Amino acid sequence: MMNSYPLKDDPEAHLRAASGRPLEDVTLDGPFEIGDLTIRADTLQAQAEVARREGYSQLAENLSRAAELTRVPDALLLRIYTLLRPKRASYTELGDLADRLEQEYQAADNARFIREAAKIYRARGLLRPE
Amino acid sequence: MHESKRFAVLADRPVNRETYVEPWPEAGLIAAGSPADPRPSLRMVGGEVVEMDGRPRAGFDAIDWFIATHGLDLQAAEEAMATPSQDIARMLVDIHVPRRRILRLAGGCTPAKLADIAAHLNTLEMMMGLMKMRIRRTPANQAHVTNWREHPALLAADAAEAAIRGFAEVETTVRVARAAPLNALAILVGTQTGRGGVLTQCAVEEALGLKIAMKGLTSYAETLSVYGTERAFIDGDDTPWSKAFLSSAYASRGVKIRFTSGSGSEALMGHAEGCSMLYLEARCLLVTRGAGSQGVQNGAISCIALPEALPGGVRTVLAENLLASMLGLEVASGNDALASHSDIRKTAKLMLQLVPGTDFIFSGYSAVPKKDNMFGGGNFDSDDLDDIAVIQRDMGVDAGLRPVTEAQALAARRRAAEAVRAVYDGLGFPPIRPEEIEAAVTAHSSEDMPERDMVADLKAADSFLEGETNVVDVVSALNGAGFEDVAENILEMGRQRVAGDYLQPAAIFDRDFKVLSAINDPNDYLGPGTGYQMTTERVAEVSALPQVKSPQEFVQAHVGEPLSSLLELGPARPGSQPEVVVAVGPAFGTDLTRTIGGLDHGDVLAAILTGIAAEGLVARIAKVYRSSDCAYIGYAGSQLSGSGVAIGLQSRGTAVIHRRGLAPLNNLELFPQSPSLTLALYVAIGRNAARYAKGGSPKPVAVPVDNTARLRLIVKTALLHRRETDQVRDRPPVELKFDWEPE
Repeated sequence: MMNSYPLKDDPEAHLRAASGRPLEDVTLDGPFEIGDLTIRADTLQAQAEVARREGYSQLAENLSRAAELTRVPDALLLRIYTLLRPKRASYTELGDLADRLEQEYQAADNARFIREAAKIYRARGLLRPE
Repeated sequence: MHESKRFAVLADRPVNRETYVEPWPEAGLIAAGSPADPRPSLRMVGGEVVEMDGRPRAGFDAIDWFIATHGLDLQAAEEAMATPSQDIARMLVDIHVPRRRILRLAGGCTPAKLADIAAHLNTLEMMMGLMKMRIRRTPANQAHVTNWREHPALLAADAAEAAIRGFAEVETTVRVARAAPLNALAILVGTQTGRGGVLTQCAVEEALGLKIAMKGLTSYAETLSVYGTERAFIDGDDTPWSKAFLSSAYASRGVKIRFTSGSGSEALMGHAEGCSMLYLEARCLLVTRGAGSQGVQNGAISCIALPEALPGGVRTVLAENLLASMLGLEVASGNDALASHSDIRKTAKLMLQLVPGTDFIFSGYSAVPKKDNMFGGGNFDSDDLDDIAVIQRDMGVDAGLRPVTEAQALAARRRAAEAVRAVYDGLGFPPIRPEEIEAAVTAHSSEDMPERDMVADLKAADSFLEGETNVVDVVSALNGAGFEDVAENILEMGRQRVAGDYLQPAAIFDRDFKVLSAINDPNDYLGPGTGYQMTTERVAEVSALPQVKSPQEFVQAHVGEPLSSLLELGPARPGSQPEVVVAVGPAFGTDLTRTIGGLDHGDVLAAILTGIAAEGLVARIAKVYRSSDCAYIGYAGSQLSGSGVAIGLQSRGTAVIHRRGLAPLNNLELFPQSPSLTLALYVAIGRNAARYAKGGSPKPVAVPVDNTARLRLIVKTALLHRRETDQVRDRPPVELKFDWEPE
């Protein structure tokens, strides 16, 4: 079933933080940690569906890729970004990165996106020479 | 050197401190329509683009690839490209064509097609288009909060004031890069003290910005710059894919992102490839859209001076904003970097965005003085806040700002400065001393702040960035120190981050901490009476500036005890002697007792009589009841005067010398500038009237001209005149006795 927007006001959305804790349980009274204030993949996926339904299909794709990236640690995210900058990675390195994202983090959309980048980078001279 | 003194003055005007240049297309110094801009075209085979804007697939650069793969809505492309550009341009100003229809078509347009549509619109038509295409119905605004000293208490105080003034987003940056996490912290605490729900960001290098966001200290980022040529993009050390990935990375941590682009950046980087600024910006916008950014900050931004040097440059900047909104992107429409030395020119440019309204009219209104604006900007700054507030009130236009009183500002600033001190204490950062709080509450700029050990702050910033401390610890520090409300607001920002509703297009939080975006507040403008309408409450709020006075206040200073020296004797009879009649208005000395210039009526009469007596004539005083009009009062007096000469005197001080036989609206001398009239001048008026009565031809009294008097005093003039008019009666003039002895 499609959630209504805003998700925060939709009781059917059953929002939970990355920690698994229901959103309404996070209060000033109780202890909480950063994972209780972190968005999780299925919420990003639900937001992607809202965007798609409203005609913002490119934003929807971005949010879907973001959903996959919730599983990727901070340091690796920063590393991938660096490798995608011009002439930082070889074709093979980008391919390996895509494989790793797909296999370790079930990030198939991101993997496809990086493979696509690798092909264009090769055509446009944006790779680091092997 | 100028022969003409007028040209010399013109040469010194602020507008002539800027640079104007002829277009040079080869260098990209052309606002729109460069000979090198391609003609719109799109060919598809089997659902794939094989030619775009005249370039075959084999010749695509990285940007072409990205646009063809991600930016264009191919299912709408055939219809869009087949629709004449002029037809789409007309749809933009046709109130019968809904926004959705144009969104669909624009999504299928190539960059050259988008630029071609804009070429068919004049400035006013583009403003109409922007009003209709802005994606969020409710317009809003963003503030810059920075300071040269990176002072945390001042940052927090300024952020709190920006929040209560209505800014929906607050952006900070740094003078010293290492200060970034602490600056982000200070504006987070400050904004959430002022109003829960203000989105915040810290503009720094991408990787650092992401790190700070991951700590939960910021909620949006708009530093993702894109460029319209491949070489400019590479010089910016990015590609469309790296930027798109970065935007997903931010979103994965619950952070709203917005790309940045704008006219002139490619030319400035030497990589415009002979193309016009508008065409290159259209490419940027399709990259932005293709990357899945919900919005863009555009309108030349920091390059604004470059399009402003060219013919049509400001129009092109508006075209950029319009094209972005047509592509369904949130638009933060520039007006941030210094656009002109001339206040006239700067404000004229602002109107192009302020009148139609955009998602963020300023992509950074400097809420601090220019010299403290570390974005190198401050087009409009904290010293101009009242101007913007007045413009909102003048036009009934919503620029997203709220007038505040000094007391409200001081209270918010104090609480924010104290809240950030509590956080510094709680996290073990270098303490903020009481005198720093006091200075931050009342400061104009960071020059008013006491010295602070920046080295110690930077050390704390380093360990904060590298350590495990994050927004959770900030909430705890506030919660334990009497700032439960601020803690709750920051925690709610965290819950909103878990919900992700503000990742949708053009999302902000309203003053009830409810998300407002293009999803639940879509612009539905379809002509007059539709779209965004200011509520009655909002109009009242915008109208109630602290400097507004009640009409009664204007009159109070001019009402005193009725003149005891002035008595009514009975009906005034026509005289036969050489004399001057001083005819006063119906409220004179009774319902009004002081002129607009603050002179007591008794003193004014005495001055006039002194002047008359100096010429050896006698005066009679009559009160005219049938009119409050100065000319009529003088005319009525002349009918009574034995010499035929009379002075007409309104209670507000305006005077006339009239002679019987002249047409009622004609006169010997008129003194309309009542605020400039002094007692000495009233003496001179009396003297001249007496000389006319004796048959002389005196030199007219010279009253200095004050062009601003009317501007300053027109409300008072109207109200004093109304009070005099209230005393008009249908009765003949009455002779007055004035208890006065010449000196």
